[in-house]
Amino acid sequence: MGRILTLIFAILTLALIAAGTVHKSSTAPASTPEGAVQSLFAQAKTHDWKGAYSYVAAASNVNQEGFLRDLTGRNGSLRTYSQLDSVNTRVLHEAENEAVVRTELKYATAVGAFYDSQDLKVVKDEGAWKVVWPAEKEANVPPQVIPVNYLRWDIVWRGQGDDWGAQNVENPNCRILSMNAVERDGGLIIMGEVENEDTVPAFITVGAVLTDNSGKDVAEESSFDKISHVLLPKEISPYRIDFPGIKKSDVKSVRMTHNWMLVPASADPVIGVLHQRIEKDQTGRTVLKGELLNESGQTVNIPHVLATFYDNSGKVIWVSDAYSDHALLPQTPQPFSVALRDDLATNVHSNRVTVNNYSLNRAE
Amino acid sequence: MRRLIFILLVIAICWFAADCARAAELQVPANAVAGQPLSINVSGGGTLYLIGPGQVIKREVKAGNVEIKGEELRSAGRWIAIAGDQSQVFWVKPGKPENLSFLARPSRVPVAKPNVISGVTFVFDKYQNMVIDPTPVNFKLSVGGAGSSKAVTSRQGVAWINSSSAAKAGAAQFVASVDDTEVKRVVQQVAADPCRLTMRVAGRTGDRIIVETEPVRDCSGNPVPDGTIVTFIQTDKSGKSTVDSRIKKGIAHAELPASDNATITVAAGVVLGNELHIGGR
Repeated sequence: MGRILTLIFAILTLALIAAGTVHKSSTAPASTPEGAVQSLFAQAKTHDWKGAYSYVAAASNVNQEGFLRDLTGRNGSLRTYSQLDSVNTRVLHEAENEAVVRTELKYATAVGAFYDSQDLKVVKDEGAWKVVWPAEKEANVPPQVIPVNYLRWDIVWRGQGDDWGAQNVENPNCRILSMNAVERDGGLIIMGEVENEDTVPAFITVGAVLTDNSGKDVAEESSFDKISHVLLPKEISPYRIDFPGIKKSDVKSVRMTHNWMLVPASADPVIGVLHQRIEKDQTGRTVLKGELLNESGQTVNIPHVLATFYDNSGKVIWVSDAYSDHALLPQTPQPFSVALRDDLATNVHSNRVTVNNYSLNRAE
Repeated sequence: MRRLIFILLVIAICWFAADCARAAELQVPANAVAGQPLSINVSGGGTLYLIGPGQVIKREVKAGNVEIKGEELRSAGRWIAIAGDQSQVFWVKPGKPENLSFLARPSRVPVAKPNVISGVTFVFDKYQNMVIDPTPVNFKLSVGGAGSSKAVTSRQGVAWINSSSAAKAGAAQFVASVDDTEVKRVVQQVAADPCRLTMRVAGRTGDRIIVETEPVRDCSGNPVPDGTIVTFIQTDKSGKSTVDSRIKKGIAHAELPASDNATITVAAGVVLGNELHIGGR
């Protein structure tokens, strides 16, 4: 009896060890085009880069390092501070050995959710579906010297030794040029433009307080990142303040609040916004597209595009913004796209684009 | 009875005489001035206290004059002299103007604006007592040696002036003075909005076209400061291209995509400049 029990336990132990060791491979070959895309991004989400790369077709002509940089970002861009959050796929076209899968990716980033949409080609490779990865062409800036004799403003504030009558340096004079309150999607949106009228740089914040019919303040918001906070002399920035869930009819008046501060600043970099045009993207939404060109010699890690749309009377009818998940290398054009509401597209007569920039190596 | 009345009358007269004699023990001058010596006559000996605004002076005295040094008598205002059981109130006036507190606002102002600069002067003596007697204060505002001055008489220790900014940009010296005492402040007079903004095509490099402005000046002819944003906008069949250029050495310059048919406009803030047409028919 004792020997039988020993034998049973030995067999049971071996069986458990085998069960624990043998499991279904998470990188099992994909049997459908959609499955290949889902599996690739599922592996990427868990940072199993090797597993994700196993779903990349050989025809992609990309090595694992390049594939990894495409997924995780390069040059300190916004992508390097992001985490893949969710993936939605839809097969647009499928044939026996080839398919196209629309892939909508949502990244969690330091500045909120970032959405990316790609139409990925998927091919059958040795019986399994694999993704033809659209490898990013890495821009190589040729070795060169770019003279940047940029301007800079430094400030000497009033010191303790100064007598009490000695004046401090004055804060800049700025002006809210326009304000337009509209109701969109069940919320109130206040937008317009603000100008630094002074000859020194300004750090600006613009906010609004809503007052109801009884004269009571009901809501207060600021434009947060829908504004260029640092304005150089004579620079104009759009602003947009969102009050979700508040109807225009419930508001009697809007009190604008602002703060202008003198700050040290640099006039560098100059970013050109080229070939701006309003068109439909691959999902049919109206977007403002163009290219950003960093004319300075230093990489701009996180560009932030602000677009102002005007009607034919010059009134600001929409302010939109978008972060780019690619860094701006010197002298290298980088495409951008900013969403425009479809219902406003026909009313847009002109637009203006400004670019905020965040650079890791710049001490300002 | 008559004798009793006579005795009482004599006692009363003696009492009055003694009282008068005691009152004469402490004599202070009627016109004491802060910072100047003070002489007090004390008939009897003892301790003399002088109690003034924020200041107390104590002296052990013998009969006669007590000299208080000028540097000891620093506070103007109401003082009380106490010696023994006698006391007397006297007033100390401020000394001659020797200090000015000058508030000049703002520190930076556009040129050729009326009544934008204000100067307020508070007149004090050597020991920071406000001189409330009317005092002529001279205000002078000048840029590069040229400027204007105006004398204003202070009222209750305060003199003020409003002035227009000059047409010439630069660091204006704003000086307030009383006799030999003067205080300087600097008011930066800066160029106003650009005027007659014009640009031209400066050349082509590869697939770029270079445009630059003429020297950017305001309506008074002052150069607009470097760093001011000038926006170049090019519109052609491929869309719109914009460059927010910065003025450097008085000129703004931008590189735009070369085009065979484009319109280029320029603006600084809300001021529009000229328009150029490139190529086309």
